[in-house]
Amino acid sequence: MNSSRRYFLKVAGLSAFALAGGAGAAMAAGSAPAPAGRGSYEASEKALKAGRWAMVIDTRKLNTVERMRKVIDACHKYHNVPDIPGTQEVKWLWDDTYHHAFSDEVHPVLPTRVEESRFFMLCNHCENPSCVRVCPVKATYKTEQGLVAIDYHRCIGCRFCMAACPYGSRSFNFQDPRPFIKDLNPAYPTRMRGVVEKCTFCAERLEKGLLPVCVEASEGAILFGDLRDPDSVVSKALAENYSIRRKPSLGTDPGVYYII
Amino acid sequence: MYNAKYVIPGLAVFVGIFTMPFWLNFGSEEYRYPEVALPKGQIVIDGQSVDAGAACIEPKEWMRANHMSLLIEWRDQALRNEKRVYVASDGRKWETSLQNTCMACHGDKEAFCDKCHDTNSVNPYCWDCHVIPQGNNHEFE
Repeated sequence: MNSSRRYFLKVAGLSAFALAGGAGAAMAAGSAPAPAGRGSYEASEKALKAGRWAMVIDTRKLNTVERMRKVIDACHKYHNVPDIPGTQEVKWLWDDTYHHAFSDEVHPVLPTRVEESRFFMLCNHCENPSCVRVCPVKATYKTEQGLVAIDYHRCIGCRFCMAACPYGSRSFNFQDPRPFIKDLNPAYPTRMRGVVEKCTFCAERLEKGLLPVCVEASEGAILFGDLRDPDSVVSKALAENYSIRRKPSLGTDPGVYYII
Repeated sequence: MYNAKYVIPGLAVFVGIFTMPFWLNFGSEEYRYPEVALPKGQIVIDGQSVDAGAACIEPKEWMRANHMSLLIEWRDQALRNEKRVYVASDGRKWETSLQNTCMACHGDKEAFCDKCHDTNSVNPYCWDCHVIPQGNNHEFE
């Protein structure tokens, strides 16, 4: 029995080595890529393309709560955004006062037209989105065309992005949103409990050659186009009118411009 | 053997319980694919009229085995690569959408999706977000 401990350790060591080797080989075999699709993928021919999508909101036209309500309702209805009262509200588009919207602008005296007006707001689809930097699972990301998108399948509901967004563009689904959606649009998904959602600049409509819902519903008060193209409607509108953006000092380079 | 009169019957009982799934199902019916309701007639998907009874986007056997991987690939291609058109192996083009392409034909979730999922005790969470068509989806287009 004298040599038994030494012998036992030898056998145990060799067995562990063999097991580890076997397990490694099995894992390498098991992690072979899942059977990929037989077909291939392409972008739609009808798709609208841009180097950097941007939006220009003409606040001289879109200045009453009624007009904004119409645009907001069109968007929320199309995208199955629930209508939840109180602190658990979910919104893609909304409106607020000048001082809340443009807190960088600290003029003591403003024209009544501006001071008393409401301003239409949505996700700014920033060039340097802080929400994307903080997302721990890469559920929110920036596309090549400058959209800030969310993959709801991947969102874990940590709400870091909500804390990071300086514009309050993101809403959390504290509960199942379905009971709060009247008149479900069967062509668009809803969200589920525990994910963050926001405006998408209608990425799936751009892919079909359509402009965002709010642009269509605004009757010309909201312009949408490619900021990198000097002939696009947004570039022309910005060249002809003085515009401001929300909190530009933060360095996020927001993509929504306001003509005051 | 020490305490053999307890150990051996104990082992026998353990082996018996442990292998119960095998001998309980011994001689029972072979697994059969559940009968799923297949679509019929002409259905309009994303502007093109499709003979829903003719063929799925890929062969039936391949879809049966791989539809879940295909849907995940569709999701990643659409969201991350902005490619929302699937060119099937026969050259036909489809919008990559569970709700608007797959379920335009396979509109009856209970008679199609649930049949196999329930039989195999899988609970995919697709419909927590994606909307189940009410009857046939093309009525809403």
